[in-house]
Amino acid sequence: MAGYIVRRLLQAIPVLLGTTFLIYFMVFAMPGDPIVALFGDKTPPPQVIEQLRERYHLDQPFIVQYFIFLGNIFRGDLGTSFSGQPVSEILAATFPVTLRLAVLAIFFEMIAGISVGLISGLRKGGIFDASALVVSLILISLPIFVVAFVAQYIFGIQLGWFRTTVGVGAPTQDLILPALVLATISFAQITRLTRASVIDTDTQDFVRTAASKGLSRTRIVPVHILRNSLIPVVTYLAVDFGVLMVGATVTEGIFNVPGVGRTLYQAIIRGEGPTVVSFVTVMVLIYLVVNLLVDLLYAVLDPRIRYAK
Amino acid sequence: MPSNTTRPDQQHFVAPIEETPLVAIDKVQTEGKPSNLWRDAWNDVRKRPMFWISSALILLVVIVALFPGLFTQVPPNNDCQLANSNGAPTDGHPLGFTKQGCDIYSRIIHGTSTSLSVGIIVTVLVFVLGIVFGAFAGFYGGWIDSVLSRLGDIFFSIPYILAAVVIMSVFSQYANVWVISLAIGIFAWPATARVLRAEILRVKNADFVMAATALGVSRFRILLRHVLPNSIAPVIVITTISLASAIVAEATLSFLGVGLPSSTMSWGNDISAAQTDLRTAPQVLILPSIALSITVLSFIMLGEVIRDALDPKARAQR
Repeated sequence: MAGYIVRRLLQAIPVLLGTTFLIYFMVFAMPGDPIVALFGDKTPPPQVIEQLRERYHLDQPFIVQYFIFLGNIFRGDLGTSFSGQPVSEILAATFPVTLRLAVLAIFFEMIAGISVGLISGLRKGGIFDASALVVSLILISLPIFVVAFVAQYIFGIQLGWFRTTVGVGAPTQDLILPALVLATISFAQITRLTRASVIDTDTQDFVRTAASKGLSRTRIVPVHILRNSLIPVVTYLAVDFGVLMVGATVTEGIFNVPGVGRTLYQAIIRGEGPTVVSFVTVMVLIYLVVNLLVDLLYAVLDPRIRYAK
Repeated sequence: MPSNTTRPDQQHFVAPIEETPLVAIDKVQTEGKPSNLWRDAWNDVRKRPMFWISSALILLVVIVALFPGLFTQVPPNNDCQLANSNGAPTDGHPLGFTKQGCDIYSRIIHGTSTSLSVGIIVTVLVFVLGIVFGAFAGFYGGWIDSVLSRLGDIFFSIPYILAAVVIMSVFSQYANVWVISLAIGIFAWPATARVLRAEILRVKNADFVMAATALGVSRFRILLRHVLPNSIAPVIVITTISLASAIVAEATLSFLGVGLPSSTMSWGNDISAAQTDLRTAPQVLILPSIALSITVLSFIMLGEVIRDALDPKARAQR
């Protein structure tokens, strides 16, 4: 197990360096002067340009700049936004909200996805299975912003069940609608994973043994089938995290949730390049760490993984 | 020892010839075309209504994209009158008007080619990059595999919409269909490469590969002629679905305001422009969304049917 963890951590290092380098490269090695871009359509005096260039180390060769950037990240210095606030401070203020939203969304999609997938898998080919397939295909086809707008229009404006935008302090009842919207992205995936896994498990020998022992179906389904079917669903959580981050950018923007996603959304809309880079970097780092954790968790759950080469 | 020896208390050690189900062996057809994966798949998909529905829809979308003039005579941009802003349908304008007073139906028809082009360019890019990276990594193994796979991991670790957001905000003044497709495609290929690599690892030790090696066929030719054609099936499936994702990605980027310039006719742009009037004129937002969703749905359905036909495991689970 220790060997596996070390190997997995070592593998993460080049990926970590690579992704940060790539993001940095995309923004600062590309054509266009970031300092001039900072001033929009105004032309700053050359002294100011020179000063800013020095302050942001833009007079250094690119690779040196990158290592300065990397060093700053590891010291927790993520740069400052256009409004002058440190990005780390903005993150500290917005992250808890996004976390609550994500946990709520994961809760909804897991409950709905696993139950629908389980019923579909147990009664494969039935009416329920067929309708679940149609619904999940339609949900996959709907871009998240369409779902968000339709939900906002129907439940917020027409029916008035929820507030259309989230209030100050993001009370949890205001987060329910955005979380439900966010949950629709992965609901279909979880349903199908669970369904496939349930069908697979249902034909396993230990399920037949349990049945021939005389166990009732109400015991076999939750204990023998469901528990063994959930491993792929747990691994999907890692992928899901990336999906949720992109989804949160759009959803938080539309519902005005004061989280990381909305901050990124606004930075994109206002064209604040450096802020976008800081946020994307942080998101990718979080994504990498979550993937690492899920991989390790998976190795704990399934011994075959840690012994495989 | 002859096989018909009998031991004490045992009448027949080997079943007599008349009991052997030779009839079953006789039934095996040796003449006629041998069945293969692709013919089996075709026989399977053509029986499924979902295949014909999705194909018909895709055909329709392609025709609309190529010949928008067949479906509408109203110019999408030039004829806009602010007096018609968010207006209800009238004669000759079946779906009403946008905020700028342009004909919604005409804009949907003329926006089709944008979405489809982005979808196709991204898919070709992802297909080519995925095949090159996946095939070399899987087939040659060793350090080539390590380098290519780690490179794939790096691109895979950045959710491709986020990456495209960064690229597009840097290149905002150059934004067009090609740039946006590149921005999406350059980060979307690792999934394809991974699928192909796994499949090639499975195929490359097959007997027919060894036979080809024994015959002295060169490594590269084996990869091209024997291994690739036998491991391409899962790539076809993932490619069909990636076409749908690319269309969604373009719309999302345009929606976020880092996509195509607003002068380009695109469903994403129209949806984005309509969001401020959701309360008063929801149809302006919902109509292009429906066009977008139907197009995406038809590609997803097609991918679904092809997956069922090509993957025996998926077929068994149906």
